[in-house]
Amino acid sequence: MTLTEFIEKFAECFNQTPAASITATTEFKKLSEWGSMLTLIVIAMIDADYEKTITAEDLKASNTVEELFEKVKSK
Amino acid sequence: MSLFTVPNIKLSGLSACVPKNTEDNLDCALLAPADREAFVNTVGIRYRRVAEAGVTASDLCVTAANQLLDDLKWAREEIKILVFVTQTPDYTIPNTSSLLQEKLGLSKNCIAFDVNLGCSGYVYGLSIVGSLLQNMVGGKALLLVGDISTQTISMKDKSTAPLFSDAGTATGLEFSLNHEIHFNLQTDGKEFDDIIISDGGYRNRVSEKSFVEEEHAPGVLRNNLQMKLDGVKIFNFALREIAPNINTLLTEKKIDKETVNYFVFHQANKLMIESVRKKLKIEAGKVPYSLHDFGNTSSATIPLTMLVNLSHALTTQRVKLLLSGFGVGLSWGSCCVETENLVCSKLIEV
Repeated sequence: MTLTEFIEKFAECFNQTPAASITATTEFKKLSEWGSMLTLIVIAMIDADYEKTITAEDLKASNTVEELFEKVKSK
Repeated sequence: MSLFTVPNIKLSGLSACVPKNTEDNLDCALLAPADREAFVNTVGIRYRRVAEAGVTASDLCVTAANQLLDDLKWAREEIKILVFVTQTPDYTIPNTSSLLQEKLGLSKNCIAFDVNLGCSGYVYGLSIVGSLLQNMVGGKALLLVGDISTQTISMKDKSTAPLFSDAGTATGLEFSLNHEIHFNLQTDGKEFDDIIISDGGYRNRVSEKSFVEEEHAPGVLRNNLQMKLDGVKIFNFALREIAPNINTLLTEKKIDKETVNYFVFHQANKLMIESVRKKLKIEAGKVPYSLHDFGNTSSATIPLTMLVNLSHALTTQRVKLLLSGFGVGLSWGSCCVETENLVCSKLIEV
């Protein structure tokens, strides 16, 4: 489980946001596409690919993609 | 968990009634225009059926039940059990099933009661009716399952309004040797408030405050007499519990997953069901969806999906079904049932 791989998978969850614009330091909740649907899509991706459960609180506590990655890793 | 088998019981017929009145989520003002198509693609719900004011879940079920009894050619006096699963009864008191017994012209020698369950209600209802019917030689029963959830939600709440839809269904069951249904039913009341209407019962009586609308998040406005749904918690609940529940049923009851023809899930959310399907490694063609055209009709989604998507197979073949309902309570359960030449009435629109 690497950060690079996580960023790739995270970026694939988005439809309109170009993958290249998503990096470790991206504050994902500030992206215009982010919302309740993306929340569920990201939770489903993390559940399927990493077999980890991410809660609403976990997402609230993570600002950047790397912070979310660390949260997933710590589970 | 509660794992058990009910012997001597078979499904004989199925019918459903939905309102003609249809709303399109591509026109849903609560969602930003750019989000509407993404919602339909991700959640899977485009059209929702909305009952006119004054039409209740029991009205939809009466129409469905009358059609089914006619199609099954069952005499009204043959029905010994009537169970009505709903969270939108006609009255707080009395039980709506008593009114249904009268409206359907059933005999006074008929057991009739309501069951207050939502999304798990069809599977629970089958277990309740089956358990009562299993020793009643020659007995016939009606399981009526339906809700008018659109009446319970705020039209200013984007977390519920684009999801819910109305329907009433009827399932005919009868005593039959050599048939059985396997169940695995579960409950977790710790998360009872993930889906809740907090006021209007006897814990929180209706007061002036009950009608005060609050903004819980942008686009999420409701009062305490309207349904709250915590989408993320319910999503995680489904990811956590549904696949193990089904796997346990299959393992403990020694059912080869490959022999199951269709897995019919409660139609809550396409992304959720697809996630569970992939966990269970079920091929896509075995998981039917009705939610694009009919939305989340609460306890009615499973029989509605069976009718709308599987009628041809159910009426002409022997079919092994795995049914899985999950949601409010939190309550969830699965069952495995084999049907043969089921009578499926044509979908009724009123």
